[in-house]
Amino acid sequence: MTTVLEVSNLRVTFGTSVAAVRDISLSVARGETHCLVGESGCGKSVTALAIMGLLARNAHRSAGVLRFHDHDLTRLNERGMARLRGDKLAMIFQEPMTSLNPAYTIGSQMAEVLERHRGVSRAAALDRAAELLARVGITAPGMRLKQYPHQLSGGLRQRVMISMALMCEPELLIADEPTTALDVTIQAQILRLLQSLQRELGLALLLITHDLGIVARVADRVSVMYAGKIVESGPTAALFSAPSHPYTRGLLRCIPVPGSGRRDEPLGSIPGVVPRIAPDFVGCAFRDRCDHAIPSCSRIVPLRFGTSGHEYLCRLEGA
Amino acid sequence: MRRVSAALGGGIIAIVLLVAIFAPLLAPHDPYTQDLMLRMVPPEWMDGGSMAHPFGTDQLGRDYLSRLLYGARISMLIGVFTVITSGVIGITLGVMGGYFGGWTDDVMMFIITCRLSIPLILVALTVVALVGSSLTVVILTLGLLLWERFAVVSRTTTMQVRNLDYIAAARAAGASRLHIVLREVLPNIVTPLIVVATLEMALAILLEAALSFLGLGVPPPLPSWGLMIAEGKDYMFFSPWVIMIPGVALFVLVLGINLLGDGLRDILHTGRV
Repeated sequence: MTTVLEVSNLRVTFGTSVAAVRDISLSVARGETHCLVGESGCGKSVTALAIMGLLARNAHRSAGVLRFHDHDLTRLNERGMARLRGDKLAMIFQEPMTSLNPAYTIGSQMAEVLERHRGVSRAAALDRAAELLARVGITAPGMRLKQYPHQLSGGLRQRVMISMALMCEPELLIADEPTTALDVTIQAQILRLLQSLQRELGLALLLITHDLGIVARVADRVSVMYAGKIVESGPTAALFSAPSHPYTRGLLRCIPVPGSGRRDEPLGSIPGVVPRIAPDFVGCAFRDRCDHAIPSCSRIVPLRFGTSGHEYLCRLEGA
Repeated sequence: MRRVSAALGGGIIAIVLLVAIFAPLLAPHDPYTQDLMLRMVPPEWMDGGSMAHPFGTDQLGRDYLSRLLYGARISMLIGVFTVITSGVIGITLGVMGGYFGGWTDDVMMFIITCRLSIPLILVALTVVALVGSSLTVVILTLGLLLWERFAVVSRTTTMQVRNLDYIAAARAAGASRLHIVLREVLPNIVTPLIVVATLEMALAILLEAALSFLGLGVPPPLPSWGLMIAEGKDYMFFSPWVIMIPGVALFVLVLGINLLGDGLRDILHTGRV
């Protein structure tokens, strides 16, 4: 499998007070779904924006390696990045309700992407748009192309966003919580759609989510992120069968499973919130919320390998 | 009620616009032809008036109705072109400051503050007095002075739009900055700017009238409404209609523009500007 995206030691800081992403490394191969999981504020979205080069101006990004195919993204200027974005490197946002420009029709917004990157005619671009809308399961695509965003429901808009991201046949698709804003039945449909598209097109998919249920269903690999750091990562099956980092275990305990657990037993939860991490922070960021924390956790965090071939950052021996 | 005021205002403007365009066809006489034997003929509805000169004649015997109709051209020209000039300047500055933020915005705000501290009518008077008065000079002077409301409104609305998801989505789809500003931001801030444009247009027309009244607006013998009032002021005690007729025309036009602006603002649900 060819590696499409390779990231190592990616670091994003805001000023001198906040380190949103701390030396994370991950890779996504062709045809692979890599899920980045974590609770709100742990740096998932910032990671996505950092890869796309879309960070706000007060953010500072540095990376050991940030490679998309043969392109070294750390060396590309804004113009070079703009050429890749929307072409080989596409992204879907969380909020389908506000991600479309209310001033233009669906067709004009979709066609524009292809016109910009491929220089094709409007008519040809609209044909492609209609074809893709049909492919993501929208009936009467010809009619939808002439409609404005406010005439579409949330689920339809997210389908439009997905097909828009596919206009130029991207090789990497970054989906930032693509189903969070949708209701549960639509969520399932969109996930199935993403999965089948990925299989057909051989996409590399970096899926950002806070929902472990989604991870279990679609991911090939998982990276669990906490306070700007990937604390545990590996193949989905391995990670779910032997979660080793206390944070991952805590997350899994928070999922209600019908049938297991007694009626009056409370659902698991992790007390506290994700702390704000300064750039000079050392030690394990989870130690204040962790049952297993010992004084040495504030100094060193060893990288360990779990029994089933995944890695995690904790002093605890593998489960 | 809102629709009524917008319709009324729009109707008045449409009529004045049509009059301005078709003035040569509508006017019964040439607005420049003097007839010293027929000076200060009163309008048709007063003693001594006739249908030959329905609104009478001025102190040089020129047909007042014809001058009034041609005067609509001056007012509309001033209104439209001043708004275009000031709109281009103000929106460019405002959108740049609002979209790029940071020091661009600081510079932009400084320029706006400077502009706000300039006494409008005095500077206009000085410029026209120095450069000499012509229609172009008046339009340019007013256009270069009246842009600050465009700048302020487009700046704040751009700031609101800038952080919306579809701007991020456009960037993620590879759009350039210029493209984002022109195609993604501008269409979404155009509504409040239309309202500003109507207000500025009314202001420009009134300022032109004021400048012309002071003898520094459009030069005679062009039939500007302000100039007509100025030329008539020596006769107003015995022939009040010479200032009443252009005065009413000016009032109705500005009222129409303001009604349209107010109505549009309410219909389009934008905040107060």
